[in-house]
Amino acid sequence: MSLQKVTCVVCPRGCQMEVDAEAGTVVGASCPRGRAHGLAEATNPTRTLTTTVRIVDASGEFVDMAPVRTAAPIPKGKIFDAMKTIKALRVQKPIRRGDALVKNILDTGVDVVATRDFP
Amino acid sequence: MSDVDAVANADAILWDVVVVGGGPAGLAAAIAAYDDGAKKVLVVEREKELGGILNQCVHNGFGLRRFQEELTGPEYAGRFIDELSKREIAVELEATVLDVGQAEDPAAPTVVRFVSPTRGFKEVRSKTVVLATGCRERPRGAIGAPGDRPSGVFTAGAAQKYVNREGEMIGRKVVILGSGDIGLIMARRLTLEGAKVLAVVELMPYSNGLTRNIVQCLQDFDIPLYLSHTVTRVVGKRRVEKIVVSKVDEKRAPIPGTEIEFDCDTLLLSVGLIPENEVARGAGVELDRRTKGPIVTQNRETTIPNVFSCGNALHVHDLVDFVSEEAEIAGRAAAARALGKSSVPKNLVEATNGARVNYVAPQKIDLDALDDETAFFLRVSNVFQDKKLVVKCGDETIKEIKRRRVAPAEMERVTLSRDALLAARGRKIVVSLED
Repeated sequence: MSLQKVTCVVCPRGCQMEVDAEAGTVVGASCPRGRAHGLAEATNPTRTLTTTVRIVDASGEFVDMAPVRTAAPIPKGKIFDAMKTIKALRVQKPIRRGDALVKNILDTGVDVVATRDFP
Repeated sequence: MSDVDAVANADAILWDVVVVGGGPAGLAAAIAAYDDGAKKVLVVEREKELGGILNQCVHNGFGLRRFQEELTGPEYAGRFIDELSKREIAVELEATVLDVGQAEDPAAPTVVRFVSPTRGFKEVRSKTVVLATGCRERPRGAIGAPGDRPSGVFTAGAAQKYVNREGEMIGRKVVILGSGDIGLIMARRLTLEGAKVLAVVELMPYSNGLTRNIVQCLQDFDIPLYLSHTVTRVVGKRRVEKIVVSKVDEKRAPIPGTEIEFDCDTLLLSVGLIPENEVARGAGVELDRRTKGPIVTQNRETTIPNVFSCGNALHVHDLVDFVSEEAEIAGRAAAARALGKSSVPKNLVEATNGARVNYVAPQKIDLDALDDETAFFLRVSNVFQDKKLVVKCGDETIKEIKRRRVAPAEMERVTLSRDALLAARGRKIVVSLED
């Protein structure tokens, strides 16, 4: 079974871990949270994606950029596909913080939400 | 400006606290001042919107300490803007402060002059002023990268504004100089937007960014990090065509023969932040050459009475959570002064940096305004393992804290008790990093 090297990001210490995902063993972690993070990184790494969406007016003219995020982390491997979907999107005001601008992106069960108000 | 003009423009309102800057520090200072009883609080902000730099920091990682949640920049700012709008705090937008001055009137010892499209020139009188002017990026000139002067060279923060606020892409093939957090964040951001980031180049043998950003902004996208390297030539006629990078020796001098060439169209500079203190300087506030910010007491009062400073204008912070916390100290202290609950510092003890420490803030302790505990913030001069932070008062060691790992990128904090500080009267407090 191959070992995966993972740099821990739970705290600034940045422990270098070696994770055997099949056996569920983590070598090099200094705390339980680090061990859990190491296992997650080796089995199903996820990331919160943050980006922007174009706000347009009724005639389609650019108005502003709405900052957005995935409401929860999504699989790391889906980041670029998610970017494609979000980049193609055009939205109009008003927008409230927390509004879902994309529902269930790429069938991850996670919405893409606005992070700022645009009244 | 003549006295006659000043009178003609004078506002009828006598403010308790005027906050210069509506970014994270200014927002927190204004809210804290209001909540502590200052009811006439005015925020003067240069941009069209409150929130400062957080508005363009669309990434997450803000607020873990303060809210125990991971927020994006706009979300973090939004929480403070919501809080501000629940209170009767006045805000002037698009208002550029020209200067802060002292007045003869003991009831209104400070004046703030600003211009804005709606108000024209305006002078307001206030009992106190909080300077929350933030910081700016070190520009290309400050690092002396030689070569041509084509377009395509941006500071990382300017690039962030173009991409995140204006929706403009800045280049296709990018080299980034500087591995501080802004450089790392922009490496990821530009990659997500379809650019190819060829390299992040760092002068020092270590990155100044958080480990988490090294992993999630560089390693996730296989972006190489060149430590102990720097940009030695910018090549391009109209637009950047090539960036030459060289390895540096222990003295950070480029080593001939180690050049690596990157064909690219864009160079981003993420080479540090400098507190912005033009207004403070104009007001006669004494600056610390180490922090580049004002010298302050633990209540963040500058050397000009009733003028306070906080946030990145005071010293550059790693986390906005710490900026908010510090700004609240300044806001509360300004409110206390405006309400006549405190007086101008008289009995001061000095705090300074010793071996392996680059600076200590606050630099002065007002012995008549001590809380139970006073926190000092400092930065070490290099990456070290297994050392201890030592606080000395004269020859006497008054505190020791073991540190497994310290780095310049991570601000350290040492707290001292009221009794320890009172005992320091007449002596100097020195914080150093020892074996």
